[in-house]
Amino acid sequence: MTDMHTDFLTLMAGIIGLLIVASGIGYALKQRVAPDGSNATIENLNARILAWWGMTAFLAVAFLAGRGGVILLFAFASFAALREFVTLTNRRRADHWAIAAAFFVILPIQFWLIWAEWYGMWSVLIPVYAFLILPIIAVLQNDTEDFLMRISQMQWALMICVFCASHVPALLFLDIPGFEGRNVLLIAFLIVVVQLSDVLQYTWGKLLGRHPVAPRLSPSKTWEGLIGGVASATLIGMALWWITPFTPLQAALMSLIITLAGFFGGLVMSAIKRDRGVKDWGHMIAGHGGFIDRLDSVVFSAPIFFHLTRYFWSMT
Amino acid sequence: MLKPFLAWLTGNAITTFARLITAVRAIWDGVEPVPAQRVYFANHTSNGDFILIWTVLPPNLRARTRPVAGADYWLTSPLRSFIGRDVFNAVLIDRNSETREQDPIALILEGLDTGASLIIFPEGTRNMTDAPLLPFKSGIFNISTARPEVDLVPVWIDNLNDVMPKGKLVPIPLLCTVTFGAPIRAAEGEAREEFLKRAEAALLALAPEATEESAA
Repeated sequence: MTDMHTDFLTLMAGIIGLLIVASGIGYALKQRVAPDGSNATIENLNARILAWWGMTAFLAVAFLAGRGGVILLFAFASFAALREFVTLTNRRRADHWAIAAAFFVILPIQFWLIWAEWYGMWSVLIPVYAFLILPIIAVLQNDTEDFLMRISQMQWALMICVFCASHVPALLFLDIPGFEGRNVLLIAFLIVVVQLSDVLQYTWGKLLGRHPVAPRLSPSKTWEGLIGGVASATLIGMALWWITPFTPLQAALMSLIITLAGFFGGLVMSAIKRDRGVKDWGHMIAGHGGFIDRLDSVVFSAPIFFHLTRYFWSMT
Repeated sequence: MLKPFLAWLTGNAITTFARLITAVRAIWDGVEPVPAQRVYFANHTSNGDFILIWTVLPPNLRARTRPVAGADYWLTSPLRSFIGRDVFNAVLIDRNSETREQDPIALILEGLDTGASLIIFPEGTRNMTDAPLLPFKSGIFNISTARPEVDLVPVWIDNLNDVMPKGKLVPIPLLCTVTFGAPIRAAEGEAREEFLKRAEAALLALAPEATEESAA
């Protein structure tokens, strides 16, 4: 237990040090280039740094509060993300009860099941039961206009914002021999590597980016950014092997997989935004985008990270 | 002692709940959140409309802003009356012109003369149609000609009708925005119809594009 706390504190100290350096750079850039806040890139960078401070603070508090704290934190993030997603879907008045059920029944049950360690149930609640029951609730309202589109979008919203997101706190309940009491560090590993990969892709892209991966989707996501970001985040993930049950090589491989999943997750979520004609998912903080804008890559990588770890390392 | 405290507590509970469900955000577009006396006039699609405006107003403005609401709704039960009178400090008017004893405009002007800002819904009733706005009633014109020195601030409330459609008891969480636009006043000698059209246009100009597409 103390071992976990030492590792956790070391990691926290590292992150806070990194954020202080980042904030300093952000501040210096702003002072030198555009103190009046007219440079969009620098403003965006500073907004991101601020969001990471917030994220770090929330995570630290939740981790200190234990399993319940982590589950509550992700249940709330999931609620906020679902609120953003559903706002952008095609809804009709007939969907009211199905949507209300998604928010107030399915979401709490999903996180309660994770708390209750009922893997067999939480892993099928949304892909099986919600998938079948919500269209039934919707169809009973007798409105078939855009029906397939409406029920598909609702299922997608639940899969992304609740099902996928709930795999993050689920990491706490994996039973890994020799790693008892340290599972919270798996969450820290996942979030730190994926978020750093986002930053590094952004930085490499700004420095060297020439060739966009998907020009019609996002001119700022380039091959140079992708390769540089994923490679450097993989190295950092490897260097963090000591907080995981993995060997350095395994930690590098895991980092490679989750950073790639995160990158493509960001791309998919951008495509949805483009489709709906919006720039940001929401307005969590004015002008800084929504929860999904900050968490899209973590949401895509969490289930893959969970299942790989569970399959190869867990006893359950 | 107890009642004002309960009212304060209830007010905070209501705004917290409104924020949880709608994550409501104010957009000040052409007007600043400063404590000047104003009449906020908004589109009306839901019973929660003035709550959302009240929630996004900074506390110093909120304390001196009173919604104008129908006495026929807010005085029908002790709980509603507590919320209407004590929590929101509403100016309660009787919308039934047959039975009412006091002229609503007189009550509204009385409220303005105490220095309070007001929230009004110039459509007169909740808009249940597919049209973005119902034609305005004359009330807003009468207020502006009687108190020409008070700014009328258009306020567009977006998405709330999908959060809580009429007849549904459970709200669904969706992001909402409240957009405050540039103030207008009735010009000297401006005709009623002309002013009402101008006020409607000022409010409609704040509606985001997306509201026109959403089929709900």
